[in-house]
Amino acid sequence: MSIIEEKKGVSNVKVVTANEAVALAVKCAKVDVVGAYPISPQTSIMEYLTKYIETENLSMEIVRVESEHSAMAVAMGAASVGARAFTATASQGLLYMAEMVYWVGGSRLPVVMAITSRAMGAPWILGNEHTDVLLPREWGWMVLFPEHNQEVFDTIIQAYRIADKTLIPVVVGLDGFILSHTTMPISIPDQSVIDSFIPKDVPKPYALNTSNPFTHGNAVHSNVYLEFRYDIFRTIEESEDLVDQVDKEWEKLTGRSYGGVIEEYLLDDAEVAIVVIGASSGDAKQAAKNVREKYGIKAGVIRLRSIRPFPVKRLSQIASKLKAIGVFDRNMSPGLGGMIATEVKFALYDLKDKPIVQSYIGGLGGKDVRIVDFEKIFTELKEIVDGRIGVQRVRWVGLDLAAVDSYFEEV
Amino acid sequence: MTSIKQLPYEEYFLAGNGSCPGCGLTIGLRNVLKALGKEVYMVVPASCSSVVQSPFPNSSATVPLLNTPFAASAAAASGMVRALKVMGRDSVVMVWAGDGGTFDIGLATVSGAAERNEDLLYICYDNEAYMNTGGHRSSATPLGTFTGTTPTGKRENKKNIPLIMAAHGIPYVATASIAFITDLYDKILKAKDMKGFRYIQIFSPCTPGWLLPTEKSVESAKLAVQTGMYPLFEIENGIFKISAPSKAYLKKEKRKPLTDYFKLQGRFKHLKEEDIKLIEKWVDEISEEYASMDGKKVV
Ligand SMILES: Cc1ncc(C[n+]2csc(CCOP(=O)(O)OP(=O)(O)O)c2C)c(N)n1
Ligand code: SF4
Ligand SMILES: [Mg+2]
Repeated sequence: MSIIEEKKGVSNVKVVTANEAVALAVKCAKVDVVGAYPISPQTSIMEYLTKYIETENLSMEIVRVESEHSAMAVAMGAASVGARAFTATASQGLLYMAEMVYWVGGSRLPVVMAITSRAMGAPWILGNEHTDVLLPREWGWMVLFPEHNQEVFDTIIQAYRIADKTLIPVVVGLDGFILSHTTMPISIPDQSVIDSFIPKDVPKPYALNTSNPFTHGNAVHSNVYLEFRYDIFRTIEESEDLVDQVDKEWEKLTGRSYGGVIEEYLLDDAEVAIVVIGASSGDAKQAAKNVREKYGIKAGVIRLRSIRPFPVKRLSQIASKLKAIGVFDRNMSPGLGGMIATEVKFALYDLKDKPIVQSYIGGLGGKDVRIVDFEKIFTELKEIVDGRIGVQRVRWVGLDLAAVDSYFEEV
Repeated sequence: MTSIKQLPYEEYFLAGNGSCPGCGLTIGLRNVLKALGKEVYMVVPASCSSVVQSPFPNSSATVPLLNTPFAASAAAASGMVRALKVMGRDSVVMVWAGDGGTFDIGLATVSGAAERNEDLLYICYDNEAYMNTGGHRSSATPLGTFTGTTPTGKRENKKNIPLIMAAHGIPYVATASIAFITDLYDKILKAKDMKGFRYIQIFSPCTPGWLLPTEKSVESAKLAVQTGMYPLFEIENGIFKISAPSKAYLKKEKRKPLTDYFKLQGRFKHLKEEDIKLIEKWVDEISEEYASMDGKKVV
């Protein structure tokens, strides 16, 4: 526990998986209604929540529905009358839920959803990959991506603050298995701290009630639809500062913050940097340290904590001081590049002194990505800067086509 | 039993809405809301009702109304019911869905909410096809019917959703018709005061979808009951009871000829002798079955 935490009298430390951290945060956020449906690696979030409800007599309602589509519909119905709502899913579950996720985005209801990242079939696959978490970034949701279990807890709480303020729902992504199923001590603030940070009696102009009835979500003509979409665009665009500010306020109360939209690591004098999200960031940071010591490469890490809002402002400030950026994507946009690399390029295109951007794709379906892989990325970036090798559309990490070929030969 | 003169004057679903002349769903909704009053939340999936309520910024509904995607309404209503419970608000939550949203795409969702016995009133207005898309077959479409996707007549019988709902063990299931308003009104009043999942299915003619003259919609709904095509009944706590408007027509000799019903509607124009025989067989079997169930515990 940090000195600041001790000073602030925070003493409730628990050793938990990230999934339990999510469930604890949902309990501490005093969520009213949860829509629940199992899918690995998310399932234990719902198991913990049902246990809290049934053994601790919480007034929270959990609706154990028959599909993810309905899990999000439950959250939507609850939020539409002004209740605090939550659900969680992953992978196939998110795809099945997709229609509702988009609808809730358009409805401007402050729902929070955790997505424990997992690759999607076909073929059947359980391993970690970030493509699922990134999909709702086009669906009118904010998307935040913490690095470890403590930050997962803190980010769920921050997400309610952001959603209540902007009326944009928020996805909190967390690495399936790597975080969802591994433990770490986390510190839980006093309930009074959380209550004051995310009060429930905030303005709810959208909430249906029988004393002042109105219709929610009825058909519109195309003369206003574009304007409604614009408002979602603008609200997310402008919330870069809000994400920073909420993180800073959380620090005042708990002593913990994560850099707002971006955590900057060893960037002060850096020449090359890796953009990365989630749990792999720890390995990337270690690699930056290692290549500084071993090869004298001035390496740093840009950990995107927020994918929506995409931190165009902060990333531009950071990037203008760099010579090359390698974007590590545990996802892909088929035939084009990594999804985040694509967005980084879009964000930096108008910069006068823009760095070279190299897209890296790896770790799909849970394939291991190690510290040495990130070291290799740093050394390649340095070689690109020195003009010894060129930029490729995509460089693949851990791609072993021979392994697949040999299998088909056997068959 | 309520008489027609006792129906409230208050209107909760206003005139000037976007329905076609003679539309059965608005006749139904108007009277359902009269029975429910102001303390009700409405949940509506994609259907003609999404259009009929009128586009933003107008709305014909004077009660709070949540629109949802096609398959989602029973689940969204479940979330709403639970939220109102936590917040200590005591109001009725009513789903108002079409047959497509109930019999087909929403069936898993409706079944889930019924199995959980969510405290809500689910009303399916049955116009026997997807009317909002321009008239396409659903599993509520009767055998032989012409729709945009059954140009030579539907090959399958109508799915018996009320009995499927009853098999969930829910406290109340009923069928009703816009031609028998007081019967409908009393069923809504009864369901309003019950707890748990209540399912009511209302026969609601669609003038353009059935190729039916505007002024014939109530008449055709009456004939659907009198020919045995649409028997009205209740299943209250598992006990099956034929409703008064259908009572006389369980006996074959009392029923009006099916052709009286078919000839009003263009959707049945192409029916051949053998099609009518098949439909008649279906009506005979259902009527016999219901007559044998009358007054008995069936689930
Ligand atoms: C997922 C999805 N698929 C298809 C549609 C297109 N759609 C809108 S309403 C409708 C049919 C509705 O039929 P029903 O529930 O019987 O209501 P009605 O239009 O007859 O009132 C369809 C297919 C949709 N809105 N959403
Ligand atoms: S198409 Fe049929 S159901 Fe739809 S509004 Fe017109 S009459 Fe009513
Ligand atoms: Mg229909």
